Amino acid sequence: MKQKSNVLNKVGSFVFDNKVMIGFAIICLVAIVLSGSPMTFIVDGVMTRITRNTFTVLALIIPVIAGLGLNFGIVIGAVAAQIAVFWVVYWGFEGFGGILLTVLIATPLAVWFGYLVGKLFNRMKGAEMIAGLILGYFADGLYQLLFLVVIGGIIPVNNPKLIISGGVGVKNTIDLTGNLKYAIDSVRMVDIVTVLFYAVLAITVIKAILHLVKKYQLKRNDLTLFGVSALAFGISYIPVVERFLSTDRLVLLDAFTGVLIVLAIIQIAKIIKSIIDKQPAAGIKKPVLLLVLYGVLYGLTFIPAIEEVMLFVKLPVLPFLLIAGLAWFNQKILSTRLGQNMRTVGQSMSVANASGINSDQTRVLAMIISTMLACWGQIIFLQNIGTFSTYGAHTQIAQFAIAALLVGGASVQKATNKQAIIGVILFHTLFIVAPQAGKELFNNAQIGEYFRVFVSYGVIALSLAMHAWKVFKKEVRPPTEGSDLISSKPPEISEVVNT
Amino acid sequence: MKTLKTFYDNIGLPRLIIALFFVLLIVASILLGFSPSALFSDVVRRWLMYGTLVLAMVPGIQSGIGLNFGISLGISSGLFGAVLAMEVAFVRDWNGLYGAGSPWMTLGLALLLGIIFAAIVGTLYGMLLNRVKGSEMTVSTYVGFSAIAFMNIVWLSLAFKNGELSWPLQGQGLRNTASLSGSFGGLLSNPDVVQTTQPEWLHWLAFRVGDFTIPLGLVLVFGFLCFLVWLFFRSKSGIAMSGAGENQLFTTSSGINVDKKRIQGTAISTVLGAVGIILYAQTYGFLQLYNAPLMMGFASVASILIGGATVKRAKISHVLIGTLLFQGILVTALPVINEVVEIGTLPEVLRIIISNGIILYALSKTKGENQ
Repeated sequence: MKQKSNVLNKVGSFVFDNKVMIGFAIICLVAIVLSGSPMTFIVDGVMTRITRNTFTVLALIIPVIAGLGLNFGIVIGAVAAQIAVFWVVYWGFEGFGGILLTVLIATPLAVWFGYLVGKLFNRMKGAEMIAGLILGYFADGLYQLLFLVVIGGIIPVNNPKLIISGGVGVKNTIDLTGNLKYAIDSVRMVDIVTVLFYAVLAITVIKAILHLVKKYQLKRNDLTLFGVSALAFGISYIPVVERFLSTDRLVLLDAFTGVLIVLAIIQIAKIIKSIIDKQPAAGIKKPVLLLVLYGVLYGLTFIPAIEEVMLFVKLPVLPFLLIAGLAWFNQKILSTRLGQNMRTVGQSMSVANASGINSDQTRVLAMIISTMLACWGQIIFLQNIGTFSTYGAHTQIAQFAIAALLVGGASVQKATNKQAIIGVILFHTLFIVAPQAGKELFNNAQIGEYFRVFVSYGVIALSLAMHAWKVFKKEVRPPTEGSDLISSKPPEISEVVNT
Repeated sequence: MKTLKTFYDNIGLPRLIIALFFVLLIVASILLGFSPSALFSDVVRRWLMYGTLVLAMVPGIQSGIGLNFGISLGISSGLFGAVLAMEVAFVRDWNGLYGAGSPWMTLGLALLLGIIFAAIVGTLYGMLLNRVKGSEMTVSTYVGFSAIAFMNIVWLSLAFKNGELSWPLQGQGLRNTASLSGSFGGLLSNPDVVQTTQPEWLHWLAFRVGDFTIPLGLVLVFGFLCFLVWLFFRSKSGIAMSGAGENQLFTTSSGINVDKKRIQGTAISTVLGAVGIILYAQTYGFLQLYNAPLMMGFASVASILIGGATVKRAKISHVLIGTLLFQGILVTALPVINEVVEIGTLPEVLRIIISNGIILYALSKTKGENQ
């Protein structure tokens, strides 16, 4: 009996902690059912949008940890990316080389912008979010000035495909087809494996040399990593595997199976380890359960409806690896000293300062990282979407990224990778099905479109208000009449008023 | 020298630049041969058109909620009142029944409904803002955005009979811009409308002196509203409100209910927003629905800041100076820039940079002081 109420309590607190996410999931489900769109269409659309947007959403996490709140200033990172994309297209670079050049130009720009934003935010502590929002609009104005007037007006340019016919200002849309479109998406798996192998090889060699000069102790993990990558590299030469790897898209079913296999191997390794270490059976229980779960999940893919979707959807490989890499980075940075400092600063700046952390500097660093990541996220976004809307691509990015993060259950003070990913899935599912659902329900697709805009604003308004309310309740309320906290005499009201 | 220094400190660099820029634009436009009276007519028209929306900032700032980006709530209420009034006028055939009196009745009903809606919405909104003290601006910005997005759905689902409002042949949804020419458009400010539709004894409402248009009706209405606000802040209730905005601790200790005063201030601000948008539409001649009012709150905030207000203090003079400078620059910049560089979008870019730049400046000022 007691156990039962425990379970109920747990479910209850889970529902309460995740109310935004659960509420949104219900809206999504209703919209999916109403829209009547085929699952293949929805899953394909959501996967495409995950590719495009998740990186940017993940870029929001570090400022939240460092106490800067939701970074509305990521628009500035996107602006840095777009300046670089324009020049790379203008100079005529193409393909993955073009992307590398874009990153090379955009990154220093984004770092510099991030530094400036961080410095500015340090002057407006407590008002970072509203300042970031306004700053985004302000940056948009400067960006328009650059693209409408300076390019062509001051910097001489000559390219009728990109420049407005008068010779001053950049056209509304820049077609990326044939230069940067899919430049990241279309990198073949075999190339990724090769590059990764050589990277690991180089790192291991360096570590080995350091080991020889006794500056570094070579660990077992280093060797395991090298072994695994060498194994993968070797396997990639088996003709069947090579044929499989020489494509750039991965069928969702294969990706799913692959992830399950890797997870299963990890769990099996855990079981073996606990058997070798002769730990009690409790150590085995969880991995075994997980293994069973993986088996069930794999079994589900044999259901025809699911199998159809799984075979229909194809994923670009490199963007997903980059997203996974960023999620890993967000996780890892927390265990470094910098990450710990950010956390302390985020909790209380005065405590941080007292314990010798330069909190201003830490905040600036968080902004630099976030702006840089947002800049890379925008490059991934643009190359996937294939048309660069010069004056529109960046304007909504903060809005949508933040709404997605909040839908996932994050708040102004707490955000995790998991929330970001769930949020992107839910938010973009609604985006895809809302117009159709509106059409079926009200016979008007535009109502659905307006509804999703309303939801994206509304969810931000709601969670900002909930956060502010929580903070306000926690703070000491103004003392009431006769409180001895007020020692000085109140000024005459006529002095106060100065209308 | 010292007075010059304090004078400069009071004005601040951005305001100085903006004022100088305005003077420069006027000189340039006259040198370029534009008719000064036509230009000034336009400046005055725009000044009065936006005036009330900017005036709506004063009670918000004074009562301590800061820059009221949520003025969109008032704007939506006003638009909703105007739309309903126009529909009523159409269905009851006021034009046929009352002739020249019909636009007045429509305007009156629009204002009445707008004020009622705004008072209700503003009170609720004020109660919300009392629960989010310290983050009013961020919350109000997004509440404002949400309101506009919600109203988009409303506009789209309304099925009105008035052909000026609804799309023809669809049976559902209102137009993006509805012309007010058959209704109260230009009633207080457009000489052409006044001379043709109104009886002789009302022709003083708007008339021309040479090229210069004097929208006397609008001047009087705006002046009256300014006077009301000014009077309110001289009253006991208004002084208490300013006190609540100035320092919560002291005011609470002197027995003023700060939360109530803040709700009052927010409600008044919202009501002025509703009146403001109706006067705006009246002057402009069109009712702009959907996303058109999305950024109007920002323009109002920027105007009052340019006029010298801070996040905590605002006066009527700030409204007048700020709106004149901001709108004046936008009006004069267009012909001058078109003449000089032929980039039509430049004034719009200028507007974005100036308005958001001044808001950022004001934010950095106040927060800097708090530390």
